Amino acid sequence: MEPVRLEIAPEVNLDYVRSDKFKTGTLSVQLITPLDEKTASFGALLPSVLRRGTMPHPDMRSLSTALDLLYGSSIGCTVRKKGENQCIGFAASFIDEEFVPGGEKLLEPMCDLLGELLLDPVTRNGRFLNDYVESEKQNLIDAIRGIINDKRDYADLRLLQEMCRGERYGVDKFGSIARVEKITNQTLFRYYQDLLSTAHLELFYCGSAERERVEEAISCAFAPLRRGRVVPPVVAEKKSAPETPREITERMDVTQGKLSMGWRASTNDAPAMMLANLIFGGYSNSKLFLNVREKLSLCYYASSSYHRSKGIVTVSSGIECKDVETAKREILAQLASVQRGEFEDWEVEGARACLIASLESRSDSAGRMEENALGQAATGIRETADELIAALRAVTNERIAEAAQSLTLDTVYFLTGEDSRDE
Amino acid sequence: MNEKSYPRIGETVLEKTLPNGLKIFIVPKPQHRKKYAFFAARYGGMDMQFIRNGEKCDTPAGIAHYLEHKMFDTKDGNALQVLSQNGAEPNAFTSNAMTGYYFDCTEHFEENLRILLSFVSVPYFTDESVEKERGIISQEIRMVEDSPDWQVYERLLACLYRSSPARVPIAGMVESIAGITAETLYDCHHAFYCPSNMALCVVGNVDPHAVIALAEEVLPRERGEEIVRCYGEEEDGAAAQKATVTQMEVALPQFLVGFKCETDEGDLLRQSLIGEMASDVLLGDSSPLYQRLYDEGLINSSFGGGFDQLPGVAVLCAGGESEQPQKVSDAILKEAQRLACEGIDPDFFEQIRRASFGATLRALNSFENIAISMADGYFRGFDALRFPEAYASIEKSDVERFLRENLTDSRRAISIIEPKKEG
Repeated sequence: MEPVRLEIAPEVNLDYVRSDKFKTGTLSVQLITPLDEKTASFGALLPSVLRRGTMPHPDMRSLSTALDLLYGSSIGCTVRKKGENQCIGFAASFIDEEFVPGGEKLLEPMCDLLGELLLDPVTRNGRFLNDYVESEKQNLIDAIRGIINDKRDYADLRLLQEMCRGERYGVDKFGSIARVEKITNQTLFRYYQDLLSTAHLELFYCGSAERERVEEAISCAFAPLRRGRVVPPVVAEKKSAPETPREITERMDVTQGKLSMGWRASTNDAPAMMLANLIFGGYSNSKLFLNVREKLSLCYYASSSYHRSKGIVTVSSGIECKDVETAKREILAQLASVQRGEFEDWEVEGARACLIASLESRSDSAGRMEENALGQAATGIRETADELIAALRAVTNERIAEAAQSLTLDTVYFLTGEDSRDE
Repeated sequence: MNEKSYPRIGETVLEKTLPNGLKIFIVPKPQHRKKYAFFAARYGGMDMQFIRNGEKCDTPAGIAHYLEHKMFDTKDGNALQVLSQNGAEPNAFTSNAMTGYYFDCTEHFEENLRILLSFVSVPYFTDESVEKERGIISQEIRMVEDSPDWQVYERLLACLYRSSPARVPIAGMVESIAGITAETLYDCHHAFYCPSNMALCVVGNVDPHAVIALAEEVLPRERGEEIVRCYGEEEDGAAAQKATVTQMEVALPQFLVGFKCETDEGDLLRQSLIGEMASDVLLGDSSPLYQRLYDEGLINSSFGGGFDQLPGVAVLCAGGESEQPQKVSDAILKEAQRLACEGIDPDFFEQIRRASFGATLRALNSFENIAISMADGYFRGFDALRFPEAYASIEKSDVERFLRENLTDSRRAISIIEPKKEG
């Protein structure tokens, strides 16, 4: 089941999925802009300021009441990174009308609420309410500081910042505290107006309603939208690794050390690279899991990810601080064995089966379909689940080894609880 | 096989109890590709003391979780590996009261189910393999020790209770797992992993007869022995300790306020929904208190609350990040007392009932959630899918009584994690 893609206005698209197998309807509206160090914080701040109140529902309590009365519907702010783009907006979920005891309609009021949140924020003298801007700035600053609470996320973020310094990919989707502090009501409002007229806009619906009804409800809710010259999403730029890998060690009061490593992948053979990544560290049957975790008990977790649109592979692991050199050596040794093509049939077929099962079941989750539709819109990589499944089936062992050989180590980041000895 | 229909939420469930006491639930999902199986034992982190054959057994903290880790080992290797090779995604968890093993897949469902039933019912440990796991589990414990979200919760429970095993972390401590041997694990498996103490839930487009036939074929014929569980001495209605404060690497102070609630043997589903509704009325997103605290900058969007039932204990808790946790805690208590005294606004109560019903229904999109809540309900003596009827039966006065009885100063405790001070 693939979404039907409809252009409902210039640079405004709707991915529509008709399904009555879910308990809920899903609706999302997303604005896509190139990720930029100067504007990322504006983008990250905007949805939470808009979510504070609209002209008809001027505070959070009246918005929450409206959602409660629509049978506990939810509207969440989303800030996501897709390739080198920042995607911001709202995602809504509401129960399928079949289960509404009174037979009321939920689709139209939910579309209206989303339209309201995006286009009709509560304003005074042509600005947002100062209180809303200031308190959401503080919340965003807290959220950026809060990344540090989860040491695994923190280490992975620091790796990307160091590895992709000067590239859009190294910019955090939340921006930086310094940038947030400088935002004023005036600059935010100007950013908001520009964004509405120039950002690429993506809508997604999955649920039991007919297409005409969904189009009608959306057109009606978003009718006030005025568009200017739209800036398309950017395609991520692929870079090569430095001659000597960068090594960064930072100290913090932690009991478990975090070792994150990043490689540049020069291959364009994405299906082969996906399989190579899985065999290396992408799932519970990978070399990293079976050897570094299970066999050597070196860490609680060690896994790898392939950032396809950017052409990089990262490893994330939690280890005893004193074991860092052994862990690094083992991780590199496992990668080297993939590069030499040293994997058994069960490793390849397990990886392939895992990727295929995941693609086959994508249409069982509205959230995953939305995530994928947005990713395709932002990165320009267009392919159906069936096309990718066919491509994965055709990958040979040689292609997997070749894809792995295209990896060059770029950066090693280590977060440790131990005092460095040579200071 | 017994067929039960739940028209208000659009579900049908096939049910069967085998002669050996195993309960089987099958939830058909004809339109989904994904198939999901969940096999659970009523045995969790809190089941450390029990009486078996008239003999009192005292086992170390963390043993149920240790056992979970070791169950994947089989005589021929590792079940995780075999399932992954089949494209299934297997995993397991240990909660306070349950250990669950599960996988999802799109192909080879029956083959995978056979593996699941077999590795969970046939233990295979050696002293060597048990020893090796200790390193991995120690790392996991350390990771939890670095996680502020876990720490704030565990420290709250340790504050509220005097002798309940709810005070002890599910995974135990590095010291408590030090003495676990293959023999202790075999003993606990024998005591708790018997069919009469287990449930199997399958969700998806499967052949129900094949599921039952497999369970009959693979699992033991005997019911197993009856176990009497001991959850510490009877607790009184007062928090054992008022407050606990510690320092960790966090950006903002994190806190969790808890109220030690009355527990009784009656209808646990209804009680849990009353507790949830009390939490929503008092401090949910649409409550007057939430709006006020948010506007005053005392809480941010990380704030939330809920009601937890563990064996023999029940807690209403609320928390998040705040510079002034004690002030938030006092405001919660004061608002609860106001509601208990003045009563809940009838329209607001109906709004919360509607929202709460919708949110519970929305959660049924997840196969995992359906299976886990059915098993949990079965172990605790209720039918989790009867929540629409339970919601309808709750009166405003039930929630007011809950607030009056449970939200008192003597039942209150607070757990705070402060940022580490410099130097």
